[in-house]
Amino acid sequence: MIEFLLHNEKITLTDIDPNTTVLQFLRVHKKLTGTKEGCASGDCGACTICLVELDENNQLRYKTVNACITLVSALQGKQLISIEALKQSQLHSSQQAMVDNDGSQCGFCTPGFVMSLFGLQKNHDHFNRHQTHQALAGNLCRCTGYRAIENAAKQMFEQPIVDHFDPLEESIQQQLAQINLNTQRDSAMLALNDNYCHLPNDSDTLAHLLINNPQSTLIAGGTDLSLAITQHNTRFSQLIALSNVKELHQYTISDHQIEIGAALSLTKCQKIFQQTIPEFAALLDRFASLQIRNQGSIGGNIANASPIGDTPPALIALGASLILRRGDSRRSVKVEDFFVDYRKTVLESSEFIEKILIPIPTQPYLFKIYKVSKRLDDDISALSAACLLSLENEKVTKICLAFGGMAAIAKRAYHTEKALENQHWGLAAVKSAQPALEQDFTPLSDFRASSQYRMQVAKNVLHKLLIETPQVTDKSDELTAKTRISDYV
Amino acid sequence: MSNAPISPLSHTEMQEIVRSDIQSGVGKKIPHESASRHVTGEAIYIDDRLEFANQLHIYPILSDVAHGTIEKLELDECTQADGVEAVYTEADIPGESDIGPVLPGDPLMADKTVEYIGQVIAIVAARSFEQAQQAAALAKITIAPLPAILDVKEAHQKQHYVMEPHSHNIGDAKQALKDAPHTLKGELNIGGQEHFYLETQICTTIPTEEGGMQVYTSSQHPSEVQKLVAQVINVPLHKVVVDMRRMGGGFGGKETQAAQPACLAALVSHLTAKPCKMRLPRELDMRMTGKRHPFVVLYHVGFNQQGQLLGLKLDLLADCGYSPDLSGSIVDRAMFHSDNAYYLGNASITGYRCKTHRASNTAYRGFGGPQGMVAIEEIIEQISGYLKIDPLTVRKRNYYQKEQRNLTHYGQVVEGNLLDEMTQQLEESAQYQQRKQEIAAFNQQDSHLKKGIAFTPVKFGISFTATFLNQGGALIHIYTDGSIHLNHGGTEMGQGLHTKVAQIVAEEFQVDVDRVLVSATNTDKVPNTSPTAASSGTDINGKAAQNAARTIKQRLLAFAVQHYNVALGEIQFVNNHVKLGTKIISFTELIQQAYFGQISLSSTGFYRTPKIFYDRDKACGTPFYYYSFGMSCSEVIIDTLTGEYKVLRADILHDVGDSLNPRIDIGQVEGGFLQGLGWLTMEELVWNDTGKLMTSNPMSYKIPAMTDTPNDFRVKLVENRQNPEDTVYHSKAVGEPPFMLAISVWCALKNAVASIDNYQSPVTLNAPATPEAVMWAAQHMQEIHDARSMGNTNSKGAQ
Repeated sequence: MIEFLLHNEKITLTDIDPNTTVLQFLRVHKKLTGTKEGCASGDCGACTICLVELDENNQLRYKTVNACITLVSALQGKQLISIEALKQSQLHSSQQAMVDNDGSQCGFCTPGFVMSLFGLQKNHDHFNRHQTHQALAGNLCRCTGYRAIENAAKQMFEQPIVDHFDPLEESIQQQLAQINLNTQRDSAMLALNDNYCHLPNDSDTLAHLLINNPQSTLIAGGTDLSLAITQHNTRFSQLIALSNVKELHQYTISDHQIEIGAALSLTKCQKIFQQTIPEFAALLDRFASLQIRNQGSIGGNIANASPIGDTPPALIALGASLILRRGDSRRSVKVEDFFVDYRKTVLESSEFIEKILIPIPTQPYLFKIYKVSKRLDDDISALSAACLLSLENEKVTKICLAFGGMAAIAKRAYHTEKALENQHWGLAAVKSAQPALEQDFTPLSDFRASSQYRMQVAKNVLHKLLIETPQVTDKSDELTAKTRISDYV
Repeated sequence: MSNAPISPLSHTEMQEIVRSDIQSGVGKKIPHESASRHVTGEAIYIDDRLEFANQLHIYPILSDVAHGTIEKLELDECTQADGVEAVYTEADIPGESDIGPVLPGDPLMADKTVEYIGQVIAIVAARSFEQAQQAAALAKITIAPLPAILDVKEAHQKQHYVMEPHSHNIGDAKQALKDAPHTLKGELNIGGQEHFYLETQICTTIPTEEGGMQVYTSSQHPSEVQKLVAQVINVPLHKVVVDMRRMGGGFGGKETQAAQPACLAALVSHLTAKPCKMRLPRELDMRMTGKRHPFVVLYHVGFNQQGQLLGLKLDLLADCGYSPDLSGSIVDRAMFHSDNAYYLGNASITGYRCKTHRASNTAYRGFGGPQGMVAIEEIIEQISGYLKIDPLTVRKRNYYQKEQRNLTHYGQVVEGNLLDEMTQQLEESAQYQQRKQEIAAFNQQDSHLKKGIAFTPVKFGISFTATFLNQGGALIHIYTDGSIHLNHGGTEMGQGLHTKVAQIVAEEFQVDVDRVLVSATNTDKVPNTSPTAASSGTDINGKAAQNAARTIKQRLLAFAVQHYNVALGEIQFVNNHVKLGTKIISFTELIQQAYFGQISLSSTGFYRTPKIFYDRDKACGTPFYYYSFGMSCSEVIIDTLTGEYKVLRADILHDVGDSLNPRIDIGQVEGGFLQGLGWLTMEELVWNDTGKLMTSNPMSYKIPAMTDTPNDFRVKLVENRQNPEDTVYHSKAVGEPPFMLAISVWCALKNAVASIDNYQSPVTLNAPATPEAVMWAAQHMQEIHDARSMGNTNSKGAQ
């Protein structure tokens, strides 16, 4: 049984296939057809809904997610707001602004945009172009050209209409707290026929569930796993959802290290990195879309071991390590040693990632991350690179250089690192180190890029790193402040 | 019949009202008719319709071989799977099995031969979508592969065409090329484009009495869906009713491609007597349906020292996919637009309709026009690069003129030419010359970032080139409460057609537009309609609706003259009221009185576009009623180390004649521009060696997102330039022309690359200009520049 609020109504679900997506729940089970399916892969945002949850201070937090790749288990203990709830006696300010600014043409993407605007309004109190782009980058519109929608975002903040959600917040808080109390007594579970989903409340329960059910599939945000259901017609019979495991959502920040629970959402990770490793936070601006980051977890991005995952190169360059847990035993593994081969890791049966430990680089250092893709917003990298560089008297004393998209796994460029170590950091060193990348990698050609392009850009990344090293170049203010295309957005 | 209450206003109050005009007629800035329902999710699309308890769902079984012979079909396991009601193949079709829109060649399901990966071989109908999907996966199909042609040039060499080549000839291109002081030869690849309408192809069908079919489709061409469904289930057209309220985007992708799911659903409904739905999941939609045609362009151009075109031989090799579909007209339109805004003089342009073993490419906004225009813009750019003259200068020198140099290569005189004045206006407002210098100065700095700017024109011919399609129909009912029900033959796909046509009818009666309801396009309201395509929706259906309104208005006037005993000249429809000499009554009162006076308050309207004709055998005529014009100036920045780029600013001036609704028109211009930007930059279709599309979902195929919009986006409509032709309120079509404004982005990218060698060398950059393509172009230019610097150094050394 899981419990949640659909708008303001309490819903108890028991007999439902845990492979059901929130989109199917809304459209098929509830006949609420305002939320649309555009792709069923979390790429277009037409299915955007808002999930409201209690944060650690018992305050309501609004997050937009893609209903098409969010499984119903994720609703446990939350309030689900779909487009149908926004209009009361009059349009919500997000809706009125879209009408007034011609933000809709064919209208199919519109409910998703409105929900993203709603989420934006609930998380910010004034218009900011960057925040607007961040909130809407995961919503595709093929008709308008987006300017009208950006203007709608502006009007929404400038002409707010009293929102019927605000006066109800206290009651929602109480109801969600009550639901959470209920599930602390009995952990939640969904089952239909032979398909189960357990929602353990703590790490110990999770560890034992996994020992007893080694064939189970773990699901955190499910932003990748759900594609097996929606794109490949897979049905999981034994799922364990991590959304309620409290330890996996905790984090601590010390002077030298960040400890992050593996199921912490990428959005929350981004907030942590903003205070500690800003370059990493900036990368996450380009990690998929806000809807995905709100739902997807950092542990998931590591555990699925994609060669083009965005966080592994950065984590490797930073020297991060993982705490893996199996039953009651734990071990620590460096992220760079975690990946074995294409989508293969050192994780053993019944073992899971509990924590990620990220050393905060100490001064002086240069930490840079590059992501190159066809589209700036919400795209998968052709290649990515991260580099942690220490210089003394313009000499490379230490370098850790990791690439994604260049091999079957994210990995370090050892030959290249070696070629740069102890060199005077300049164009000559870069030029002489570039060929070493060919010893490190033999990238593939695919629809994202050719192997030659990947190799050439990998080489050019070294050059960019040099350009972005403070005080190495003697250039105008604009050129030193803005070195990347994303600086011109 | 009961009487609705008549306006309770006093004469004085009504006098006050008729002093002002209606707020929502022609030219007024009103929102899209469905906007307030789009934003709430209340606007109903086909997948949102309530389902019947016994409704079936279809999932197709597709070919995974690009070309081959079906040797064995084992479908028993599918038939026996949970929830499956039926499995059908070509053999089950009672009527016509070919659904080719113009020429045959598009089998509803493959019979013996498959011709692309993604072609439908069989369908499973089950009680749920998931059951149909699971059952379809159980099919075992043996296909013996045949040689597949997957390359357009190979198809051309083997003369493997879906239709015969066709040429436009003017003057003597051969001799002109011989005589020209300069000539250049070149080749350009232009990629295709996935429509990526947000709503995928979908249809539901309900069997009706006497073997008929009620069809709810998401189609730009309901009449064709009606015809094809009737042929497939073998009933007369009058037994098939097609209803089409709105599409979640079309862009040409639902002109012919909506027919297949509709016919398959109708087939299942016909054979099982149950309602049926076929909705394509995104990946299937992208594999099964056709796209914009990729082109290879081969040119040989002669020109003088000023950059003026003297002679042109142009071969357009279109990748049509496996069947003709609309490729005949699409490649014709590419040829018609191979001049864009330029007087070609002596030209020989040939379109080749190459057959490849891929999905059959189809209509897409611009309908071949964009590819033809990119071809000539490439030629202009190469000439500019070769002569080292600013590309805009070369463009202006080649513009069609008003009194001379105004004859196209297909024999139509360019009238209403706005090229010079619009260029001058945008050049000033965009500060093109000044920014060009600023950009050159920026590029002088030692940086891996380079900026580029380009200014390109659009001239686009309006009308279907298949002349008979230029007809529209409408039906208006006025009810006794004064509310107006309007239908017309056009379909709403987000472009605001219903809004505009409602405004036209509101204007005719001088009532506000909220009184006019446009309901679903329906084949039993307005028959034998043309597709909503070729930007013609408002031109033909707006006129038809205007004609229907005028018919009723004439009846009302005649009635009023008699009933109120006033002279015709004293009757005036003003602001929801009617002035009858000194008397004022509400519009509703007039309608009620007319009803009691036994006046018909319903009328059809019809329109056919005058003046146009085209003799395809002679490749000569006046295929276009008029031309639309547009100008754009784009500025970009590129990263030469990664090839990434961003459009910093775009200035657009676009001609819509007298705008029927500036808000709607601006939306079309901005949206068209960004869609064109996607086509020419990030949207890349990639197939593997077996002919399988690898970019078949939005994870792999990227359409522009919000950040891709120009940072500074200034869009203006041309003011005070009504359409000189007698179009509806002297407006102009707006659907397709703005798409091609984005050519300025592609040219600006080239301009940025050219800066690497100080604008001394022409740039070749295929479309789409992905970051990878831009990086290689930049690297190539750097090599040219380095070689030149080296050469200079060496020669200096020698001195």
